[in-house]
Amino acid sequence: MADVVINSASQPVVARARPRKVSPVRRFFQQKSTIAFFMALPLILLIGLLVIYPAFYSIHLATLNKSMQRFVGFGNFKFLFTRETFWMVVQQSCIFAITAVIFKALIGFIAAHFVHNIPSAKQRIWRGMLLVPWVIPPAMSTLAWLWLFDPSYSAFNYILAYFGIGPIPWTGDAYWARFSVILVNIWYGAPFFLILYLAALKSVPEQLYEAAAIDGCNWWQRIWFITLPMMRNIIAITVLFSLIVTFANFDIVRILTAGGPLDKTHLFATWSFKVGIEGGDIPLGASVSLFMFPILAIAATFILRDINQRGNEA
Amino acid sequence: MSRKKLSRREFVAATAVSSAALMTAPYIRGAHAAGKLSMAFWDHWVPGANDVTTKIVNEWAEKEKVAVTIDYVTSQGFKNLITIAAEAQARAGHDIITMPTWWPHANAEQLEPMNDIMEPLIAQNGKVNGTVEYLAIANGKWLGVPCTTGSQIKGPCTRIDLLKKHANIDVQALYPAGSEPKADAWNTDMFLKAAEACHKGGNPFGIGLGETSDSVDTAGAFLLAFGGQLVDAKGNINIKTDAVRQWLEFYKKLMAFLPPDVPAWDDASNNKWLVSGKGAMIMNPPSAWAVAKRDAPEVAEQCWTHGFPVGPKGRFAPYLPFINTVWNFSPNKSAAKSLLTHLLQRSSAERQVAASGGYDLPAFEKLTDFKTWAEEGPPKGTLFSYPNPYNHQKLSIAASPAPPKIAQQIYSQATLTKMCVRYYQGEAMEKTLDWAESEVEGFMRT
Repeated sequence: MADVVINSASQPVVARARPRKVSPVRRFFQQKSTIAFFMALPLILLIGLLVIYPAFYSIHLATLNKSMQRFVGFGNFKFLFTRETFWMVVQQSCIFAITAVIFKALIGFIAAHFVHNIPSAKQRIWRGMLLVPWVIPPAMSTLAWLWLFDPSYSAFNYILAYFGIGPIPWTGDAYWARFSVILVNIWYGAPFFLILYLAALKSVPEQLYEAAAIDGCNWWQRIWFITLPMMRNIIAITVLFSLIVTFANFDIVRILTAGGPLDKTHLFATWSFKVGIEGGDIPLGASVSLFMFPILAIAATFILRDINQRGNEA
Repeated sequence: MSRKKLSRREFVAATAVSSAALMTAPYIRGAHAAGKLSMAFWDHWVPGANDVTTKIVNEWAEKEKVAVTIDYVTSQGFKNLITIAAEAQARAGHDIITMPTWWPHANAEQLEPMNDIMEPLIAQNGKVNGTVEYLAIANGKWLGVPCTTGSQIKGPCTRIDLLKKHANIDVQALYPAGSEPKADAWNTDMFLKAAEACHKGGNPFGIGLGETSDSVDTAGAFLLAFGGQLVDAKGNINIKTDAVRQWLEFYKKLMAFLPPDVPAWDDASNNKWLVSGKGAMIMNPPSAWAVAKRDAPEVAEQCWTHGFPVGPKGRFAPYLPFINTVWNFSPNKSAAKSLLTHLLQRSSAERQVAASGGYDLPAFEKLTDFKTWAEEGPPKGTLFSYPNPYNHQKLSIAASPAPPKIAQQIYSQATLTKMCVRYYQGEAMEKTLDWAESEVEGFMRT
């Protein structure tokens, strides 16, 4: 690079400026990737402290015996595989997460269409109202549900009694209890799907629908051949994200049924707490909680691979 | 800058003078000369009860010149258990920590032995009940001292009027205030008949069969009354016995007379059942009665706390103590022991019992005759039998006498109530017993 230096006294002099020597350290700190790293560092430290360290610590705990004095390797996992309750928890966690996510996605999808079709002036109020369940801390809203489902004084049963129905043992019978915890989870999680699907719907080009209308497509064909393919990636991401969160659910089950009756509503997290903290067997509790990891990792791998493949095709 | 060199003679002289000064100087004791002491006590649910404990601790602290910090940790949401687990892992935290039932054994290796203060306390206050010995002694070592606050018996709390009306039983005659119980006829058969009568009369007994401690404690006391032990003191599994079968049959009959939703009950459900006026009896310390005094006085004035029915092998009542322990990593163990001794003086315990309205129940023999229990009401004398003044029932805990680390699993996993519910819901007896055996085998791991 050459700079032109004007000599004010006489003729211009073209001087060959010496390149400024930038120290390697300075260059390192000026790199975009370094700046990005430092900006993300607080978050990385936070994740390291609150996620990675506890995760590795729980792996360490899971390799200890009950009194945490001896290394037992995979002993706790082997023991878990022999327990009937553990397999019941695996089954229940799958039923809970899959059922809840399917219904959350379905309700979110339908509600998003309704909201999408509302004139934009009135949409904001509907969006706000429909987001309320997702905004309230779940521990608090589940307490309200607990009162609605109370074994002896259920508000639902009080209303049903007027129609000669019930009383329904919402949390007293294993199958009703499962229904209740799934219902509350759907109520809480559906708005998350709604808002993301609504955003996705808004990004589908209107021309596609116009072309479909010219071709004589009916409502179902428009959904099947335009909306769903256009939303496929967002659906996959939301389902994956929700599956992870729902699988790891703790608060709803803990508050509503505490895993009962007869352990029929326990999930990994609640059973882990029961075994580890309430039962004083921290290594076994840690092993139970770690079992979520491979299941979710497999689900994440399949879903993300699918998204990548379609991204490459595009 | 000139620097004066210290000669050997000067150094020796200076050392001698300073030593003499230090040795002869008067000892000035500062406000916190004996150091600092922190404690995590159980957060009492009775308003004002914590204040009395704070006052007692502060009085001691002022006298002993110790700076104290008190944290009241609630058992709501098991925050106290999480605190115990965290401090045990971190090997840091409070000096004194209140542990419920099973936790001293679970943390035995990290607790300071308390034999040096327990022995004089027993000499002073009388023997402690067997449940405390079971929960607080490991290999001859006292792991903690029984705590007055929060310790409780979960006996029957009965509606005088409803039991008389439906079952023609005068519970005040069985357990008169001010004198020995006349409850020989109060046995498991009479209990079942009363449960049936009250059920027919529309005021069923409210005995939970959920997975929380009220439900488990009641099931455990009845199991002991039938002579059953899922695991004996030596760690042998004893599930397929006649005693356990009889107990399951008893519960099957009883459950038919209870509200249908009892498998979903938690520790609040039975309280609500009594306070609502629906139930004729619950198994609870006097907390439900205390709430009724505030919210439903007409219910409270009909409540009478008394003893368990006697079974074929005796009369057992659940006693749940809290135990004050000192971590072995505590830097001020001597001050901690001094405070714990102070808290178990008769005057301190009496003040704590009074502040709790009679709910708190010391474990020592000579500390069960405070006037609070005789005078509390309405009706007057309702708590007279609560502290088991004539020792007519044996205080126990569910899953005992199994080795505590196994018993803790049976207790926390609610194996007893699950057995009752499974059998009641139609599972074959042998299948229920097989299931329980398999569960308990899993609890044996060390």
